[in-house]
Amino acid sequence: MNQKTSVGTWIGFVLILGWCLLPVVWIISLSFKSAEETAAGSPQFLPKDFTLQNYADILANEDFLLALRNSFGIAAIATVLAVIFATLAAYAIARLEFRGKRVVLSMALAIAMFPVVSLVGPLFDMWRTFGLFNTWPGLIIPYMTFTLPLAIWTLSAFFREIPWEMEQAAQVDGATSWQAFRKVIVPLAAPGVFTAAILTFFFAWNEFVLAISLTSTTGSRTVPAQLSFFVGPDPFNPPYGQLATASVVVTVPIIVIVLLFQRRIVAGLTSGAVKG
Amino acid sequence: MSTVTAPRREDVRQAQAAESDRTKSENRLGLRLVAPAVVFMLLVTAWPMLQALYLSLFRYRLTAPDDREFVGIANYTTVLTDRLFWLDTWNTVLIMVVTVAVELVIGFAFAMVMHRIVFARGVIRTSILIPYGIITVVSAFAWQFAFSLNNGFVNNWLPFVDENFNWFGDHWPAMFAIMVSEIWKTTPFMALLLLAGLSQVSEDMLEAAKVDGATWWQRLWKVILPNMRAAIMVAVLFRALDAYRIFDNIFVMTKGAQETESASFLTYRQVIEQVQLGLGSALSVLLFLSVLLIAWLIVKLFKVDLAQARGEG
Repeated sequence: MNQKTSVGTWIGFVLILGWCLLPVVWIISLSFKSAEETAAGSPQFLPKDFTLQNYADILANEDFLLALRNSFGIAAIATVLAVIFATLAAYAIARLEFRGKRVVLSMALAIAMFPVVSLVGPLFDMWRTFGLFNTWPGLIIPYMTFTLPLAIWTLSAFFREIPWEMEQAAQVDGATSWQAFRKVIVPLAAPGVFTAAILTFFFAWNEFVLAISLTSTTGSRTVPAQLSFFVGPDPFNPPYGQLATASVVVTVPIIVIVLLFQRRIVAGLTSGAVKG
Repeated sequence: MSTVTAPRREDVRQAQAAESDRTKSENRLGLRLVAPAVVFMLLVTAWPMLQALYLSLFRYRLTAPDDREFVGIANYTTVLTDRLFWLDTWNTVLIMVVTVAVELVIGFAFAMVMHRIVFARGVIRTSILIPYGIITVVSAFAWQFAFSLNNGFVNNWLPFVDENFNWFGDHWPAMFAIMVSEIWKTTPFMALLLLAGLSQVSEDMLEAAKVDGATWWQRLWKVILPNMRAAIMVAVLFRALDAYRIFDNIFVMTKGAQETESASFLTYRQVIEQVQLGLGSALSVLLFLSVLLIAWLIVKLFKVDLAQARGEG
């Protein structure tokens, strides 16, 4: 019986790894195929002749580098702002009794389910009026807003677990209230805040609908939008290798973050579902 | 003794005054702390939504702004009597139902494996997060290239598919390719939520069922699934609403060709490409209402199940 389950688990393990990694390995393999090879048709999985030309081309591509800079800047600023506002709100929700607490939580839940496309029209109209169309703030504001719900839910679930009495205990032991907060509460709260930051960054890095609707030039277009407009010199023959290479380049930061922080990301993603 | 009771009553009154003062100040502080988040959430969602509701009552095309005219519900009747709207809605519902159903089964199998596994937990947790973290546009490209006629490996690997088969040449194969990319990307998220639910099922109960002679199948249906109903509901609700918004994969893989357009794609095209703000706003409102309807249906569905389970017990 035990033997049987362990064989099944092994098979499952291999299947999961294959499932998760196959398309990633595929796109990496494609990034090493030469333009001549893909133009002639290259139905095999691995490249015939291994080449680094695509990487040289993509790293010399001005538009792609601009998009990369936009993505980093916009995602980073949106993340910092969302985390600050969500921390304030989640602290209030976890620790204070006030009227309207339920309203805030249900509003956040409603927004998390919102179809983003249905806001594209009115936002497009509003942003043109305010001069926010095709600017960094024009994307930062909505990105921040759409990640607030997840950040607030994750953080308030997290803050509820913190033993706040320890703050007072430290004060009794002679710490000032600032010292007590900084030395006791901040280290306990930091992992939750950090988790919320990673999830927010993922969202902003990934977002597509607003990125193509609220921008018009490479001045503010992010990587996902730029990739979809990336046709190359011949519109009937997309540059497979270069697109694959660009995809690999934007996937690397995600994989690094996942490798470093997988435990926290899992905790953040599932905290809402379990603790609700 | 009397000298002791008097101050005591005084204490209580003071404490009560302090209590209500504290409540008041806590109330004020709480509102002040949530205010920035609430202001932004209202500014970017509630206000535009109200504006969409208002604009949907006008004939308003951005290229002819002077032509703006109040038309009442005419935009809604135009949309609701249009074949394309129903076709796209049908596509979206189909994608939602099929992908969520497939993901629920595969995700549950993955969750069972991850729950059992004692070795290499870090490896599996890291790999399962990779599809979740990858940009949807990138995953769409990966799958588009995989299904591509000249440069894809799929035709080569599948023995029953002709080498020259064009997946994007017809409606059903194209829909299939889109669904594969969606299922690949979001199954891990489903698996993680189900894994969290699975860890809530008590081992004692499973042991007891085993001792009573319940088969693996019986334990699954009578013990495991009923005990993780809440987690399943959350997973299905989130994934269904997410799938209903499908846009990125379709934009990249087919651009809506072969009648693979989704409801979101139609709304985007009306608003951004054709700058039909009036008609597009009507579509936005309808999209929002559909999402509300789906959320309500799912919550309702699982509640009914809960009541039935209680009736059986």
